[in-house]
Amino acid sequence: MANGNYKTIMKDGLWDNNGVFSMLLGMCPSMAMTTSATNGFGMGLATAVVMAASSYLVAVFRNRITTEVRIPVYILIVAAMVTVVDLGMNAWMHELYKVLGLFIPLIVSNCLPLARLEAFAAKQPPFPAFLDGLFMGLGFTIALTVIGAVREIIGSGTLFADASLLLGPSFKAIELRLLPADMGVLMMILPPGGFIVTGLLVVGKRLLDLRAGKEIQMAGAHAV
Amino acid sequence: MKEFALMMIGAALVNNVILARFLGLCSFMGVTTRVDTAAGMGLATTFVITVSSMADWAVQTYLLDAYGLGFLRTVTFILIIASAVQFTEMTIKKVSPTLFQMLGIYLPLITTNCAVLGVALLLVEGRMGFLSATMFAFASSVGYSLVMIIFAGLRERLVLADVPRLFAGPPIAFIVAGMLAMAFMGFSGIATS
Repeated sequence: MANGNYKTIMKDGLWDNNGVFSMLLGMCPSMAMTTSATNGFGMGLATAVVMAASSYLVAVFRNRITTEVRIPVYILIVAAMVTVVDLGMNAWMHELYKVLGLFIPLIVSNCLPLARLEAFAAKQPPFPAFLDGLFMGLGFTIALTVIGAVREIIGSGTLFADASLLLGPSFKAIELRLLPADMGVLMMILPPGGFIVTGLLVVGKRLLDLRAGKEIQMAGAHAV
Repeated sequence: MKEFALMMIGAALVNNVILARFLGLCSFMGVTTRVDTAAGMGLATTFVITVSSMADWAVQTYLLDAYGLGFLRTVTFILIIASAVQFTEMTIKKVSPTLFQMLGIYLPLITTNCAVLGVALLLVEGRMGFLSATMFAFASSVGYSLVMIIFAGLRERLVLADVPRLFAGPPIAFIVAGMLAMAFMGFSGIATS
């Protein structure tokens, strides 16, 4: 495959076909785990690791998996990768693991990994599939970090609070306080804020795409 | 008895699966364009959540905990859920072919509905007994169905509204869902769970 194709895969994952803002897949963690930018970032990275690994594995075995049983096989592969990430995070990033809690095992039922396996990894050689999984996952990470950042800035006036606690001491430098503590709008941290911020950010992406002269995508992938 | 009632209200309204816990958002956005499909989906999901939660509870207690196989939880649960969905699909096909036709492609998707796995994980982590686990699963899924039907009703009206082009479709639906979540926050304080 030529270099141009790899570039398209990367650009698709990060922006053009962004899992959250364009395809509207994987909405559960992108609202539940975005009360702060740090949580969103951690959740996104965990998902990216699972996506890259399971895309690679599915692409390796793509000629051996029969069409009839492919969905259960995909789910099992994703579940195995999720278990690996789950145990790994519990061992090495315990603070972050405690915050993300329930939503790490729930990566299994996130529609984004499964959608990419079905749409891409099932038909492509291992390396492009790995790249697609990785960059779709990174696009997901960016989306979650942005949603988290908006909610955190408006809601509590900070940015990347607790990053040193959750990600490691070297992240101390990115912890910021932008607004005084009493100016936070609590609603943004609470569930309604998640829905409203996500809705407005989808509009934002449409606006940027429109400025760049592209067609705006009117519906999500699962408005079947 | 009073504790059970409070726990069920807590699971259905206060900590609503969709609006407070953010589980099952794909179906919440995907299948709520018409009230009757949303109601059918709610019914099928209620059945799957209740049945698979009971099975998950039994497997967790008598198999995984008993033999120290906790790390296999995610893989086992998703298999149980997939079988429960298959079972539901066959039952609905036999009992009501009309509903089967209406739900069509959405039925297999219940497997990847995070509400199903999420509720199972919640009740296992909450260390509940069998009866309260079943009640919790049932109440949670009733809360899920309720919100699905309300939101479908809102969206049927939303189609007729004159929405700016940039907001059309999902974005305005998200904002309406945010307002619905605000309304549901009014329930907090009734019961805690």
